[in-house]
Amino acid sequence: MSSSSYYVPATSKWPIIAVLVMGMLAVGAGLMMTQGSGLILLVGGLVGVAWVMYGWFRDVTLESMGGLYDAQMDRSFRQGMAWFIFSEVMFFAAFFGALFYIRVFTLPWLDGEGAKGITALLWPDFVASWPLMNTPDPAVGGPDAIINPWTLPLINTLLLVTSSITLTFSHHALKAQQRLRARNWLILTLVLGGIFLVIQGIEYVHAWTELGLTLQAGIYGATFFLLTGFHGLHVTIGAVILLVLLIRLIKGHFTPEQHFAFEAGAWYWHFVDVVWIGLFLFVYVF
Amino acid sequence: MTSRSLPRPVVQQSASEATAGGAAAGHHAHQPRGLLRWVLTTNHKEIGTLYLLFALLMFFIGGTMALVVRAELFQPGMTFILPEFFNQMTTMHGLIMVFGAIMPAFVGLANWMVPVQIGAPDMALPRLNNFSFWLLPVSFTILLSTLFMEGGGPNFGWTFYAPLSTTYAPPSTSFFILAMHLAGISSILGAINIIATILNLRTPNMRLMDMPLFVWTWLITAFLLIAVMPVLAGVITMMLLDINFGTSFFDAAGGGDPVLFQHLFWFFGHPEVYIMILPAFGIVSAIVPTFARKRLFGYASMVYATASIAILSFVVWAHHMFTVGLPLTAQLFFMYSTMLIAVPTGVKVFNWIATLFRGSISFELPMLFSLAFIVQFTIGGLSGVMLAIAPADFQYHDTYFVVAHFHYVLVPGAVFAILAAAYYWLPKWSGVYPNVKLGLTHFWLSVIGVNLTFFPMHFSGLAGMPRRIPDYALQFADFNLLSSIGGFLFGISQLLFVAVVILCIRGKGEKAPAQAWEGAEGLEWTLPSPAPLHTFDTPPEFVPERDSPSRH
Repeated sequence: MSSSSYYVPATSKWPIIAVLVMGMLAVGAGLMMTQGSGLILLVGGLVGVAWVMYGWFRDVTLESMGGLYDAQMDRSFRQGMAWFIFSEVMFFAAFFGALFYIRVFTLPWLDGEGAKGITALLWPDFVASWPLMNTPDPAVGGPDAIINPWTLPLINTLLLVTSSITLTFSHHALKAQQRLRARNWLILTLVLGGIFLVIQGIEYVHAWTELGLTLQAGIYGATFFLLTGFHGLHVTIGAVILLVLLIRLIKGHFTPEQHFAFEAGAWYWHFVDVVWIGLFLFVYVF
Repeated sequence: MTSRSLPRPVVQQSASEATAGGAAAGHHAHQPRGLLRWVLTTNHKEIGTLYLLFALLMFFIGGTMALVVRAELFQPGMTFILPEFFNQMTTMHGLIMVFGAIMPAFVGLANWMVPVQIGAPDMALPRLNNFSFWLLPVSFTILLSTLFMEGGGPNFGWTFYAPLSTTYAPPSTSFFILAMHLAGISSILGAINIIATILNLRTPNMRLMDMPLFVWTWLITAFLLIAVMPVLAGVITMMLLDINFGTSFFDAAGGGDPVLFQHLFWFFGHPEVYIMILPAFGIVSAIVPTFARKRLFGYASMVYATASIAILSFVVWAHHMFTVGLPLTAQLFFMYSTMLIAVPTGVKVFNWIATLFRGSISFELPMLFSLAFIVQFTIGGLSGVMLAIAPADFQYHDTYFVVAHFHYVLVPGAVFAILAAAYYWLPKWSGVYPNVKLGLTHFWLSVIGVNLTFFPMHFSGLAGMPRRIPDYALQFADFNLLSSIGGFLFGISQLLFVAVVILCIRGKGEKAPAQAWEGAEGLEWTLPSPAPLHTFDTPPEFVPERDSPSRH
């Protein structure tokens, strides 16, 4: 490949397979929600998505290690990943926006305060508070109690912040050509992320079974599980990415100069960490 | 060259390999044939063609639904279809035209033209490109299939306000949501690809301020897409949870708020309407200079105006909600911020007119559609200024005046720009000029049809006719009769466009040289017509002092 000519990747079967399994996933999920059937399609779609990601990324990895990609391709990947993370930021921004809107406008108005306080006519006995323990219509029912932020959530915050630091140590070690150290720091990062997920699971079970804090527990339960749930999903995805990176690191795929996959995974992990800090502050503490 | 005019890989590839030294030969030599070729393609021109053909198909499906609506409204009374089905038709018409026709048409144009306008060999991420396109047919198959499900398809309007779309929605709504998720993923990934292409694959020496305006407008459009499509994904996810998992996001009984839905929707929805018009600005900014035989007046101000419109689009969303019960301060803020948008938009219109001033103008088909765009889009823009006035909007809200306004910016606006682009670049795509006689007939019937359809709606709206109803009071009968006649005229005359496209695809017509239009500038006109499947395997020469649209 001469430096003056462009590199254009060859065709691949993975995109169209990805489309088919995504369609399967969507139809399966739709059938499950409307008719209660279609589990096979749903599971098949999920397995298919995992298979496609394995196969597609494997091809890209092989091509990258085969030296096919040039600096321009590397920049395209970088920009693609950066903009993808920006789209994720906006996805969470919608949920945070909803949370703030409910807390700043909706609930005071339902209580008779502010510019649109006339909505208090709907449920005259309603008293606004956050966390919202008593919903405007008692038929919906709020949570009995909420999670104390200074217990498990605080531990989780420390875990996740620490994991961002250990991941950075791993990156520095990789750049200093100390693969063993890089591997150990990465393993530690993964362990921290894993413990975070376990604690989050314990907290969910506790909330759901003992505190009456469920998806159905009014707007507090809805926003709580929406924000923490999608964050937990992203931690899971990030952990899978880190696991793949660990395997590739052990296999010696990364050089101190060229390890964009590692950097992309690190960006993603830091992004998930930053979202958590927002969550800890505005879902748990304040 | 072959007489077949869509880029045919076998013949033309050998030509491009012969000239480019076969740099790409190793990758493309054993390309699949037949249907599989289109399914597996990672070529930006083929994917662009697929996008455009898909958009054309959806344009006719969505258009047929509009004609069902217009048939019912031809005269007062329940004459033709049931109200439930009427609601599904207005909803699906809107969804399909917005997400299935106009957006994919612009993405198709970006796929075809952005790489050749910046001297790139392809899009930055070609496989992702294939994925982005093929998600759309799956998404819209699911969306259309909801019409055949129990309880019917979406019937709550294309804005799907909660609780109509949650508590009172048909069971198929979950499928509608999942279909929108797929279309949204397609849009986000497509936009990421376009940004990476523009920022990263420009030919050496082409600075940002040397890019053709179509590339500039798409760069900004892609940014808008990445910023707001995830918000749409978020809001439909909350709908899905409200419907299936008992959450209270849009239900005040649990402490939620249906107005929250509208805020989230329009935070997506207002930038979305600029997503559907900014690339049209880019197209017109390419065509007007070509046929006025002058360089675009005020290149830099065009770029800044586009960016200003995009930034302002994030802070105007609640002007769609003046009557929902907003605090007075919010109404004032959104009224003034909305009016501010008229400034950069006015800059654009003035620049186009200044480009025409003392130009050597000729009226080829793309120019006709572009000039019609400028006039008709301005009508839509002016009614937009009227709607921005909060107290006046209390009168206009949810009437046919609003329908007239947004159809004026979308049909005689965006659709006319897409048609202008097709007539402008068809010689480059197919190697032959579009048939002039058919094209002229198409143009004049379209202009008459579209204005006959939508202009009377201003009057029926001002007189108080509400939108989204299958029956209406007698005093609106004459205006509706005119609108229906115009609608059918416009709809049927689009078949002429299909005839033009088929003739071009089959290579019937006057052969086009590389420089298909005398006054055209830009890298795409250095390529042979039709453009070979693979172009710019090596970066083309670009000298800003000689080639930049912003040179002095």
